[in-house]
Amino acid sequence: MSENWPLFEVFIRTRNGMAHRHVGSVHAVDAKMALQNARDVYTRRGEGLSIWVLPSAAITASDPADKDMLFEPTATKIYRHPTFYDIPDEVGHM
Amino acid sequence: MGERALFTYTLRLADNALVLGHRLSEWCGHAPVLEEDLALANLGLDLIGQARAFYAYAGEIEGRGRDEDALAYLRDAREYRNILLLEQPNGDFAATMVRQLIYAAFAHPYFETLTGSRDSTLAAIAAKGAKELAYHVRHSSEWVIRLGDGTAESHRRAQDALDELWPYAGEMFEVDDIERELIAAQVAVDPQTVRPAWQRTMDAVIGEATLTLPCPGWMQTGGRIGHHSEHLGHILSELQFLQRAYPGAVW
Repeated sequence: MSENWPLFEVFIRTRNGMAHRHVGSVHAVDAKMALQNARDVYTRRGEGLSIWVLPSAAITASDPADKDMLFEPTATKIYRHPTFYDIPDEVGHM
Repeated sequence: MGERALFTYTLRLADNALVLGHRLSEWCGHAPVLEEDLALANLGLDLIGQARAFYAYAGEIEGRGRDEDALAYLRDAREYRNILLLEQPNGDFAATMVRQLIYAAFAHPYFETLTGSRDSTLAAIAAKGAKELAYHVRHSSEWVIRLGDGTAESHRRAQDALDELWPYAGEMFEVDDIERELIAAQVAVDPQTVRPAWQRTMDAVIGEATLTLPCPGWMQTGGRIGHHSEHLGHILSELQFLQRAYPGAVW
């Protein structure tokens, strides 16, 4: 049965001010039911304040074969990390 | 007499919740898909939570030292006060969803009204339960709509379930002397006052599902005074097995 149902990705916002985070996926006949399924599967322990679902088919993903081209070049560019500055104590937590 | 009426009334609320909760628990591991397996367990757990609160309060009112476990596990079928609708077998998935809709569409406005009870304990239990039941209405409605307005087979199954279960709907609206007394005292809810809300939900959902509500006709009765279908005994034989076989067993 479920193999005929489209897959939806589930995003949950746990607290006000936080971003929605990907938590997993559910099968459902349509978006409305996907929302209910997400509620039933992923918010059983008080995790959620807001849920997003979207069809997994709507996601455009990078090709794992492109990994070297896409990500490898950044490995040598450590100057992009903000670790070369001394942060005055008075600034506090950044 | 007042205490006795309040005890019976609270017990009816508790038994309704426990019996339907148990029925839903029977789906655990058997639902058509994992998502629905969890959903049914969630609904069942909501109801068992409501049952526990009502039983604990009933035991307190009775004042004979019976706690929630004694009331749930050590009464025979004739002492159970749930309506017959809720002990009906799960049948197929359509039957389970139609039964859930018929009950939740009634219980949700009923609990909302019960939050105004002069009995503060009943009002508090109802306030928690009303939010849960609102979701039961949502979940069962969406399924009944999709099954009714789905394939030829799902439509037929949903309509069969509706026809089969319809004669059990009337018992939800019964009022006897016990309840009349409590309604007058503004402790209990007069079920007739929530009938329009129930009817609205049923009309809307059944209409959108392209199903047909059966004509009002002869209605089943008896559960609320302990006259049950043969199904309740089978439920209790499973539900009560452990306490009957090993009295006093604990975790």
